[in-house]
Amino acid sequence: MSQSYRVAIIGSGPAGLSAAARAAARGMSHILLEKTDHLSDTIFKYQKGKHVMATPSNLVLRSDLDFAAGKREAILGRWDDQIAAQAVTVKLGADVVSIQGTKGDFAIHLRSGEVIAAEAIVLAIGTQGNPNRLRCPGADSPMIQYQLDDPGEYFDEHITVVGSGDAGIENALGLAADPAQRNIVTILNRSADFARAKPANVALLEEAEREGRLIVRRETEPAEVRDGELLLNTRDGQEAIPCQRIIARTGSQPPRGFVEGLGIAFSSSDPGAYPQLSPVFETSVPGIHIIGALAGYPLIKHCMNQGYDVIEFLAGNSDLKPADEPILAEKFARLPGARSVAQWLDVFARNVAIFADLSALQLRELLLDSTCHAYEPGEVIFRRNAPGSSMFAIAEGSVAVEVNPANPAATVPIEQGSIFGEVGLISGRRRGATIRAAEAVVAVELSRTAALKLLATSPGAARAVTAISIERQLLQMFGPGISREDIAPLVAGAEVMQARAGQVIVTEGADDKDVFIIRSGSMIVEKDIGGRPVFLSYLPAGSYFGEMAVIDGSPRTATVKAAIKSEVIRLPGAEFLAMLDRVPGLQQRALKEMTARRATNAFIESRKGAFGGALDLYSETAQFLVDNGIGEATDVLLIDEKLCIGCDNCEKACADSHDGLSRLDREAGRTYAHLHVPTSCRHCEHPHCMADCPPNAIHRGPDGEVFIDDTCIGCGNCQRNCPYGVIRMDAKPPKKPSLLQWLLFGAGPGPGEAPYGWRKKEAEKQGAPEAKLAIKCDMCAGIDGGPACVRACPTGAAIRVSPDKFLTFAKLAEASE
Amino acid sequence: MANTAAARFRREERRRNAGHVSFLAHKGFRWLWVALALCAGATLGYLLIDQEPRPNGGTWYGYTLGTIGLALIIWLSLLGVRKRRITPGAWSLKAWTSAHVYLGLSLIVIATLHTGFQIGWNVHTLAYLLMLVVIATGIFGVIAYATLPARLSTNRRDMTRAEMLEALAALDRQLAGAAQPLERAEADLVLAALTQDPFASGVVARLARRYPRCATTRALAAITGPGEAALRVHALLEKRAEQLAQIRRYLQIRGLLEVWLFAHIPLTIALIAALAAHVISVFYYW
Repeated sequence: MSQSYRVAIIGSGPAGLSAAARAAARGMSHILLEKTDHLSDTIFKYQKGKHVMATPSNLVLRSDLDFAAGKREAILGRWDDQIAAQAVTVKLGADVVSIQGTKGDFAIHLRSGEVIAAEAIVLAIGTQGNPNRLRCPGADSPMIQYQLDDPGEYFDEHITVVGSGDAGIENALGLAADPAQRNIVTILNRSADFARAKPANVALLEEAEREGRLIVRRETEPAEVRDGELLLNTRDGQEAIPCQRIIARTGSQPPRGFVEGLGIAFSSSDPGAYPQLSPVFETSVPGIHIIGALAGYPLIKHCMNQGYDVIEFLAGNSDLKPADEPILAEKFARLPGARSVAQWLDVFARNVAIFADLSALQLRELLLDSTCHAYEPGEVIFRRNAPGSSMFAIAEGSVAVEVNPANPAATVPIEQGSIFGEVGLISGRRRGATIRAAEAVVAVELSRTAALKLLATSPGAARAVTAISIERQLLQMFGPGISREDIAPLVAGAEVMQARAGQVIVTEGADDKDVFIIRSGSMIVEKDIGGRPVFLSYLPAGSYFGEMAVIDGSPRTATVKAAIKSEVIRLPGAEFLAMLDRVPGLQQRALKEMTARRATNAFIESRKGAFGGALDLYSETAQFLVDNGIGEATDVLLIDEKLCIGCDNCEKACADSHDGLSRLDREAGRTYAHLHVPTSCRHCEHPHCMADCPPNAIHRGPDGEVFIDDTCIGCGNCQRNCPYGVIRMDAKPPKKPSLLQWLLFGAGPGPGEAPYGWRKKEAEKQGAPEAKLAIKCDMCAGIDGGPACVRACPTGAAIRVSPDKFLTFAKLAEASE
Repeated sequence: MANTAAARFRREERRRNAGHVSFLAHKGFRWLWVALALCAGATLGYLLIDQEPRPNGGTWYGYTLGTIGLALIIWLSLLGVRKRRITPGAWSLKAWTSAHVYLGLSLIVIATLHTGFQIGWNVHTLAYLLMLVVIATGIFGVIAYATLPARLSTNRRDMTRAEMLEALAALDRQLAGAAQPLERAEADLVLAALTQDPFASGVVARLARRYPRCATTRALAAITGPGEAALRVHALLEKRAEQLAQIRRYLQIRGLLEVWLFAHIPLTIALIAALAAHVISVFYYW
């Protein structure tokens, strides 16, 4: 240990690089530690020639390094040059295994055994994590690699791939693809089947195995890595195979374990939670700072700004205003009172209950993802049935909820400091009531992403929102005339339950007595008729069930199970009964509702003889639709293959209404009883695509459509997260000649999506943009007449439906005729 | 603003509540009723109105029927444009198809009454006959659209066309490997099956699904064993034949769904040309 650095920066991504460059510029003694042999590994691993975007465009870049949108190679090249020119101290191949010591005297232990001393540490290690290493003797062998860049560069080798996920299978197939390379490729799988991989990959692997292009060893794992040889544990004992190279693809360890191992506290145990940070990015361990994606800032510009800022703070510059100050100032400019950014932040922190636990840094971050509104008294904030999954917090003033759609004058107040709109956030469904400003109101509208991030990071806020949402859901369920006092005991006894898809909540014939409200997700109700489950109905979020058995004391009349991953609120039956007794008129209403449900059940049961096989077909059709994601859809394209002539006019219409690219694949997708679910967006209640969008570019629009706005950076996260494969990455095609020119002179490719070759050639000619961005169905929002796929179907085969309207007895019986 | 949003919501909810209704039954057979009313009205007029000197295209009633017929034919021919111009607006191609079918059929009555049953060897009758042929091809199309899609769907078994071809290519790769140990003569049979383009047999063969020179069928009949390799090849050939049959059925049904258009469209263009001659000559020789 020869020298102690003022700061050691771990990780050389955009955040770490920018921090190191700032330290160099300030003349601060520093060292940048990178575990691989090149800088900025995450961007290095992007595919060749990928266009890297620079969003948000309104955020100024504050860094000693340059960054603008461009090709991966250009960006990496520029950074390499600038890091060299600015005399940054870089240590490559420095894999940090542990950190000891305290502020002012840290000892950083590297895998090589070397120890580096530093007074402060900046962790900028991103969220990629480290690949899992083989757990057997010889795991340090140089034969082992954790990545495969170009399968074409290996010849005449015995190569073993360890890992049965998609990465392992794709690597093995790539290595075995060209027989001219003469590699002998073996893939090891610890279990008997490849359950974690995509079915398409498994099929390809099995085909390659049948053809003898590679060797698949099931129920086998490595026992010891030797020189030129790999010892295997198989079902029938140990066996050694020749091996010159091992590709280990057994997943990676998220960095959280490492970070928590340093004693750094996270804001909650939720997997989406971030480390607790002070306004100067300091963690709960003094002297260790965290910036970049690991701190919750996935965009390159944010990362680079934080790298700059953290070094400035370390150097004692306490006057530095965050780079996002102008963005916040712009957000607050439309609010009344002409207050400064600091004053407004103070108002929000003081007045809004759910912001109580947030640090100043977290509140800033939250407000960056939010919108601030000022409303006049009487102004409508949102209307019943409008789509919306944002949540509002009232910073000043109060609002009135129109609880009865038939009578706008009947309202319930929500006071200053409280929230509203949380039902839309949690259930993913349309707004349940119209809300007006009762007096002059200043409110913060938290986007769905911001709100979910808040709930994940602040347990106090999560608890408050849960309590409020249960109370409001009960009030909504029982309708007008019920007060908060009436339901207080019920709220106290309520409990939120998670249900995975297919989990049974209520079993037919059982005599438990609880009542349930669906908080998010949806349920299907089934009845056993003649030994087979028959589909009765579909219950969307916001519905309740289980009340019949409580009211008349009978056993459960049907089985209710989760159609998709759901959340239900369980209400104790005794409390429920007590409330029916307590509140006059409620019992009659409940009985009336019950009679209607009874009638449906009786109707279907009476038909079992008449329908016979059709009843089975109908139940199976319902199950098929639920299995294909209709249960979580809000608006989904279905095709009746008894009418579809395969003309693909739906695809052509889609392409022609949207910049020339089709957002649906008619032929792909599953079919049951001639009912086809094509590859096309379901506009899910809780869109999977929104889960991890760095620029937060995916929103729900005014007609309920889920769409991607033009801040997309083309990272492909949404495409990977969509379980239905409906998002494609493509460049906007060049303009086509008009229809008339095509009709008369055959100019251009004609209606519909132009073939890839034409687009590529024409784009080069016209100099059109080349960045591949995510595109998906937007339900033809803003186009008069609605979805083009449906309008352009010549036979009526294509329809777009919602599950609560389509998953009914009448519709399904009609479809399965 | 709020009202338009609410109205749009109501309209979208109606759409989301939609069921599958075929173009024939669109809106409770609306266009069938319109067409029937048109035919009934035209027939009634024909019977009641005293046309002098005799029922003929040249009387005022004849001109009226002729104008209606011409207008209908021009409008019917615009379906091809409507289908390809995806403009905004609340139009539905299904409604257009429905009207196209029923109004097209109503032309049989309207145009026949327009002729006054005067048939001869002239350009007028040519236009009339062309129209009847166009309608006949259209009837074939309606029957195809109403009956074939279900078969197409059943035949697909959840596979796209690309997947069917991919499955065939996968079988071919396996066959190429499995045929290595075979005798020269048998290997040649497999090779012939693999190198033959199994779909290049002309339009008639495709529509009738007859492929008498299919090398796969021949190889399947010839390679029956003994020996493990031959049996394996036989099994693979059987799979290949099945895969070919599926693709050929697909091609047949898609062909039948489209083939009539190759008569319907060119004949429509010929009909419009003949109609132009008919109209111009009538006015020229007035």
